[in-house]
Amino acid sequence: MNTVALRAFVIKEIRHILRDRQTLTILLLMPLVQVVLFGFALRSDVRNIRVAIVDPRPDYATLALQERFAGSRRFQVVAIGRTTAAVEPLFRRGDADVAVIFEPGFGSHLGGVEPAQLLLAVDASDPNTGTVIQSYARAVIASYEADITEPDRGVRIVTVARMRFNPTLESVNLFVPGLIALVLTLVSALMTAISLSREKERGTLEVLLVSPLRPVHIIVGKVLPYLVLAFANVLTALLAAVLVFHVPFRGSLLLLLAESVLYALVSLALGVLIAARTTSQRTAMLGAMLGTMLPSTLLSGMIFPIASMPSWLTPVTTIVPARWFIVVARGIMLKGVSLPHLWRETLVLLLMAIVLMAAAVRSFKPRLA
Amino acid sequence: MRTLRFLLRKEFLQIFRDRVMVLQMIMMPMVQLLILSSAATFEVKSARMYVVDLDQSRTSRGLVQKLQSSRRFVAAGASPSMALGNEAMLARTAGLIIRIPAEFEEELVRTHAAKVQLVLNAEDGAAAGVTQSYAAQIIAAYAHELGAELTPTARFAPAVEVRARGWYNADLDYRDYMVPGILVQLVTVVGTLLTAMNIVREKELGTLDQLSVTPLSQGTFIAAKLIPLWMIALLELALGLLVARFVFHVPMLGSIPLVFGAAALYLIAALGIGLFVSTLASTQQQAMFVTFFIIMVYLLMSGLFTPVRSMPEWAQWITQVNPVKHFVWIIRAVLLKGAGVGDVLRPLGALAAFGVVVLALAVRQYGRRVG
Repeated sequence: MNTVALRAFVIKEIRHILRDRQTLTILLLMPLVQVVLFGFALRSDVRNIRVAIVDPRPDYATLALQERFAGSRRFQVVAIGRTTAAVEPLFRRGDADVAVIFEPGFGSHLGGVEPAQLLLAVDASDPNTGTVIQSYARAVIASYEADITEPDRGVRIVTVARMRFNPTLESVNLFVPGLIALVLTLVSALMTAISLSREKERGTLEVLLVSPLRPVHIIVGKVLPYLVLAFANVLTALLAAVLVFHVPFRGSLLLLLAESVLYALVSLALGVLIAARTTSQRTAMLGAMLGTMLPSTLLSGMIFPIASMPSWLTPVTTIVPARWFIVVARGIMLKGVSLPHLWRETLVLLLMAIVLMAAAVRSFKPRLA
Repeated sequence: MRTLRFLLRKEFLQIFRDRVMVLQMIMMPMVQLLILSSAATFEVKSARMYVVDLDQSRTSRGLVQKLQSSRRFVAAGASPSMALGNEAMLARTAGLIIRIPAEFEEELVRTHAAKVQLVLNAEDGAAAGVTQSYAAQIIAAYAHELGAELTPTARFAPAVEVRARGWYNADLDYRDYMVPGILVQLVTVVGTLLTAMNIVREKELGTLDQLSVTPLSQGTFIAAKLIPLWMIALLELALGLLVARFVFHVPMLGSIPLVFGAAALYLIAALGIGLFVSTLASTQQQAMFVTFFIIMVYLLMSGLFTPVRSMPEWAQWITQVNPVKHFVWIIRAVLLKGAGVGDVLRPLGALAAFGVVVLALAVRQYGRRVG
C-alpha cells in the first residue's frame, strides 16, 4: 500500500473540487433548496376550489346551496350560469375545477317523494385532485341536506382514524428521507462518473495509470472526497428539515449515517461503472442521469408508493438501491425502528455494495491497462 | 445563411458520430417513458389489514367480512392484541390496524351508534388518506345495511340525489395525466443538459477560441448550437407521443399541430436556458450541475407531481416564470381536454416571452465573453 501517493491523490481531488466554487456552492445549496421547496411549496392538499354553478331556474334551495359553497372556506364561486354549455370552456381554460349543475325545479322537488337531482361535473384530468374535489363538494351538499331534513335515525358506526408516523400527512416528512437518498445519489454517482470520465476525456487518466497508483487507489482517491461532500450534504439537509420544518427524528442518527455510508458506496460504485463504460463526459452524464437519478426519484417509492405500481413493475424496483435505502431512512426517522426491523433492507444494500464495488474495480482495470 | 448551413452540418455530424449518445438520446427516454409512466401512480390497490377484534360478535365479524369482500383490504393477521398489530405494522407486514372494541355489537343495538378505530401507516402519505376514505365508505355502507336490519320500518330516502361525473378522465386513470407530463420531463432533461454541455465542451477542448477568430456572428453561432438539439428534442417528443398514443392509450382530443407549435416555443425557452448556462460555465461538470439544479427546481415547481394550485400564494407567483409549468399545462389541456389555441393563449404568450428573453441573454453573454 502506497499511502503517501494515495494521500497526495486525495489532496489533488479535494483541490479540484474546492477550486470550482460554482459547482461547490450549488452542491452545498441544493439540499437546502430542496428541503425548502418540499417543505413549503410541494403539497397536495386541495384548496381554493373554483366552482361554477349552473342553475337553469333559480329558487330558494339552489340559492341556499350556492350560498353554502360561497361560504365554505374551500370553495370559491367563479361563475353562475343558466346552461351547461358555459362549463366546458371554463374547464378547458382551467378557470373552474368543478361545476354544480341543478335540475330545473330543484327546490320544488326537495320535499317530494323523488329526491331532487343535482349533477357534479368535476374536471378529473388530474384524477387525484378530481376525487378529492368531488368528496369535498359532496360534503357541502350533505351538510345542507342534513340541515333541511329531520335527524337521521339510522345506525351510525363512527370510524376514528389515526395516522401513525405522520399524523398530519405532512409531505416534507415523507420527502426528507427520500431527499437524502437523492442527494447521496447525485453527489456519489453523478459527480464520480463525470469526474472520472473527465480524466478519461482529457487523457489524464493515462498519466495516472503510469503513476505508482493502483486502480483501487485511483478509485478510492476519486471517491473519498465526494463521500465527505455527500455527508456534509446529508447533514445540512437533516438540520434544515429538523430545525425549520420540525421533521421528526425518532431513531438513531448514528445508524442512519452508517446506512448512508452503505448507500453512498453503492452509488459510488455505480458512478465508477458508468464512467468505465462510457467514453465522454456527455454520455457519462446522460447515463448517470437516466440510469440512477430518475429511477431513484420515480421507482424508489419516494414520490409514488411502490404498492401502487403495477405488479410487473414491483420486481423491477428491487434493483433500485434507493428503494431499499428509503425504507431504512423512513423507518429510522419516522418510526424510530432500528436493525431488528431493517436487517433485510440493510442486507440487500450490503450485497449490492459488495457486488457493484467488485464489478467497478474489475471493469476499471482493463480500461487502464 | 451559408455559414449557418455549414455550421449546422458540423453540429449534426458531431452529434451523430457519437453512437452511444444518439442511442441514449433517443432510446433511453422512450424506455424511461414506458417504465416511469407505469410507476407514477397514487392508485391504492389493496391494503393489508391487521384485525384486532375484541368483540368477536356476528356484527364485528360481518364488518371485517365486508371490508375484505370489497377487495380493497386483505387480512394480514388477526389477534386480540394491539401490541401484536403494532409489531406487524413496524415490520411492514400490515398497512393498517382495525380495532373493534368489546361490546361493539351490544352498543350498536342499544344506542344505534358505535366506534371503530383505524390506525394507518402514514409513511406513504397519500396512500394512507385514500385507504382511510375507502374504509370509511365501506363501514358507512355496512352501517346502512345494519340500520335496515335493525329498524326495517324506517325509510331512509335521501332528499338530494347527487350524481357525480369526472370529465376528461372518467376512469380516473392516473396514467393519462402523467404520461404527457413525464414526456415533457424527459425531453427537457435530455435537451437542456446536452445544450448546456455543448458550448462548454468547445471551451474545454479549445475549439471555441478557434471559432471566435472566424467571421461568425454571435447570432449565427447561437442558432447553430440550438437548432440541432431543438430538432432532436422535437423528434423525441413525436416518438414519445406515439408511445403515449399506442402503448398507454392516452386520449388526444386536441390538435396535435398545436402541441408541436407549443413545444417548438417551449423548447426554445428550455434549451435557451441550457445555452445561457453554457456561456457562463467553464467546465462541463459545472454546466451540468447548474443546469441540473435549475431543471430540478423547475420540474418540482411545475405542477408535474403536485398541483400548482396547492402551493402557497408566493410559490404560485414564482411558477409564472417557469416555462415547464406552462408547457405541462398546455400539453395536458390540449391532449386531455381538447383545448384550442384560444384556450391556451396566455401560457403560449408566456413561453414566447420567456424564449425571447433567454435567447437575447445567451447571445449577449456569448458576445461579452468573446469581446
